[in-house]
Amino acid sequence: MSVTDDHPAEREMPFGFWRRSYAMLVKEFIQLRRDRISFAMIVMIPVMQLLLFGYAINTTPRHLPTAVLMQEDSDLARSILKALENTAYFRFTQEVHDVDTFNNLLKSGKVLFGVEIPRGFERGVRRGDRPALLVAADATDPVAAGSALGVLGPIVQTALAHDLFIGSPPDPPFEIRAHARYNPAASSRLNIVPGLVGTILTMTMLIFTALSVTREIERGTMESLLSMPITPVEVMIGKILPYVLVGFIQASLIIGIGALLFGVPIEGSLTLLALLSTLFITTNLAVGYTFSTIVQNQLQAMQMSMMFFLPSILLSGFMFPFAGMPVWAQYIGEALPLTHYIRIVRAIMLKGATLQNLQYDTLALLALMLVAMVIAVTRFRRTLD
Amino acid sequence: MSQAAVKTSDIAIEVSGLSKSFKGREVVHDLSMTVKRGLIYGFLGPNGSGKTTTIRMLCGLLTPDSGEGTCLGYDIRRDADKIKRRVGYMTQRFSLYQDLSVRENLEFVARLYGMRDARGAALAMIRRLGLNGREEQLAGELSGGWKQRLALGACTLPNPQLLLLDEPTAGVDPKARREFWNEIHAMAADGLTVLVSTHYMDEAERCHEIAYIAYGHLLVHGTVEEVIAKSALTTYTVTGGDINGLSAELAGKPGIDMAAPFGTSLHVSGRDKAALEATIAPYRGRGDLHWQQSEPSLEDVFIELMSRSKDNFQ
Repeated sequence: MSVTDDHPAEREMPFGFWRRSYAMLVKEFIQLRRDRISFAMIVMIPVMQLLLFGYAINTTPRHLPTAVLMQEDSDLARSILKALENTAYFRFTQEVHDVDTFNNLLKSGKVLFGVEIPRGFERGVRRGDRPALLVAADATDPVAAGSALGVLGPIVQTALAHDLFIGSPPDPPFEIRAHARYNPAASSRLNIVPGLVGTILTMTMLIFTALSVTREIERGTMESLLSMPITPVEVMIGKILPYVLVGFIQASLIIGIGALLFGVPIEGSLTLLALLSTLFITTNLAVGYTFSTIVQNQLQAMQMSMMFFLPSILLSGFMFPFAGMPVWAQYIGEALPLTHYIRIVRAIMLKGATLQNLQYDTLALLALMLVAMVIAVTRFRRTLD
Repeated sequence: MSQAAVKTSDIAIEVSGLSKSFKGREVVHDLSMTVKRGLIYGFLGPNGSGKTTTIRMLCGLLTPDSGEGTCLGYDIRRDADKIKRRVGYMTQRFSLYQDLSVRENLEFVARLYGMRDARGAALAMIRRLGLNGREEQLAGELSGGWKQRLALGACTLPNPQLLLLDEPTAGVDPKARREFWNEIHAMAADGLTVLVSTHYMDEAERCHEIAYIAYGHLLVHGTVEEVIAKSALTTYTVTGGDINGLSAELAGKPGIDMAAPFGTSLHVSGRDKAALEATIAPYRGRGDLHWQQSEPSLEDVFIELMSRSKDNFQ
C-alpha cells in the first residue's frame, strides 16, 4: 500500500472555517435533542413563565385582606365598612373586638390593613364632633399599601355622602386617620433589603445542592460511593450540612450590611431571626438536593433551579404584593419557601414579630423541608439499575 | 461445626441463573458460577459480554432480573448492605474523588466504613502502596498506574473478605501491571478472595481459576489447563512465507475454526482434527512454510470461543 501525498487532511478545503463550524453545530443539535429534559425546557421555561407571570402579577393590588376592630356595632359603622369594601381595595377577612388580636393580625401579616371603629363613633358623628376612623396599614410593602391608602380619603368620603346623605366632601362628618405602620416613611429600601436576604439565599443555596448528586454521577464517583456502606439519608445529611454553615454566613453578611449601610432596623429578636433563617436555608438546600436526585446532568440541574428561582422572586411577595395576586397564584406562592421566609424576615426585622406571630410560616417552612427531604431520599437510587 | 457449614464457608460466591436486561437487551443470561475462598478467579470475555454487569450484581449495585445467589454467605438480593461492608469493589473507571488528595480519599473511605483511626489507616495504606511523598497530591493529577494503585488501596482499606476488580489494569504499563498482580497474589495468600475481570491473557494465566463469558453466557470455567483441555483444539503454528495471504486463504475452509496471525507466525486451529489436517495437507508441502503442531494457547481458545459464541448468540 502506498501513501499518497494528497491526503484529504493536507489539501486546502474550500470554506474550511464554515465546514468545521457546521460540524460543531450538527453535533450540538444532536446532543440537545438527546437531552429530553433540556429540550422540554426550551419550550417550558418561556411559555409557562410568561403565562404564569403575565396573569399573576398585579402592581395595583385590590381586595387586600383587611381586619376590622369593632368597638361599636352601629349601622353607621356597617355602612362605612360596606363603602370601604365597595372601593374594591379592601376585603374584610376578620372581625375582632380587642386591640391585641387586631395588632397581632397586622404583625403576623395575615392582614394588610386594619380598620378601627372607635367606641361612641356614631354618637360623635351625630353630634358633629368629627370623630376619627383609624385605618392602619402594614406599610412594610409600600406598593401594596400605597395605592389603597391613596384612594382612602376621596373615594370613601364620596361613597359615604352618597350612602348616608350626610355632609359633603368639603365638610366630612368624621376624619379618616391613615396610619402607615412599621414603615411610616414608605421607604422601599426597608421592604427590599429583608426580601433580598431571602432571594439571595434561595439562589445560592439551590445551586450548591442542585449540582451535588449529578456531579457524583457525571464524574463517575457515584459508582464507588454506592458500593460502600452508606445510606441515602446519610448521603443527604452529609451533603446538606456544610452548606447550612455557608448559608448562615451569607445570611449574616446580608443582614449585617442591610443594617449598617441601609439602616434597616431589626426590631425583633436576632436569635429568632437566626433560627428561622437557618430553617429557611436548610429548606432551600433540601429542595436543591431533591432536584439533584431528579435530573440527569448538571445542565438540567441549573435549568430546574432557574425554573424554581423565577417564580420564587415573582410570586413570593418579594417584588410584587402577594395579596394582589389571583388566588391560584397565591397557592403557588404558598408552596415556595421564599414566600414564607419573606413574611418572616420582614415581620421580624420591621415589625418586631415573635415566634407566636409567625407560627404558620414557620410550620409551612418545616413542612416544605420535610416534603423535599422525603422526595430526595426516596428518589435517591441505591443501585445503578 | 457440621460438614455442610464447613463447605459453605469455603465458598465466597455462589450464584445460579442470574439474568439481567437493559431496555429489552439481555446483557447477562442464566449465569451460574462458584468461586472458592482464597482464590484469584479470572473473569474473561470480550467488551460488552456482561462482565461488569455480573460484578455489579454480585455487590448489590444492580438487582438481577432473575436468579439467586450468595456472596460471602449473604443473599445478593436481600443483604446488599452486609455484602457492601465486606466487599471491596474497584470500578473500571477511576471513581475516587479527583479533587481530593490521596490521603483525603483514603480517609473518606476509612470513615465511611467506620474505622476508628481513619487517618492512621490512610497513612498505613499510603506506605503500603508506596505512595509516600504523594499523600497531598490530588488524585486527579496522578498517572494512570498510581491512580490504579490508589484505587486498589481504597477498596482494600476496610479489610474486605472479597475483592471485585473490574478490569483493574486497563491502560496501565507492563511494570505497574506486574506489581499490581504481585500485590493481588500476596493478598490472596492472606486468604482474600479476588474476582478480577481482564482482557489480558497473561493475566488470565496468573489466575487460579478462570471463567469465560461472551454475550452474557458463561461458556467455560476451570483452571487454565482445564479450559485448554476442554477446548479440544488442534493447533498448528505456521512460520515463513506470506502469513497474511495464507490466513485469508484458510479462513472459512472446512475444519479451520480459526486462523490468526501472531507476529510473524500464524496460528491455525480447529476442533475437528481430521478435517483440519485434510484442509492443510496441500499447504504442508509448500517449501516456504514451516508447519508445527503446538499446544493451543489460552488466547487461541478464547478467540475460538468468541467466534463460536458470536455465531450462536448474535
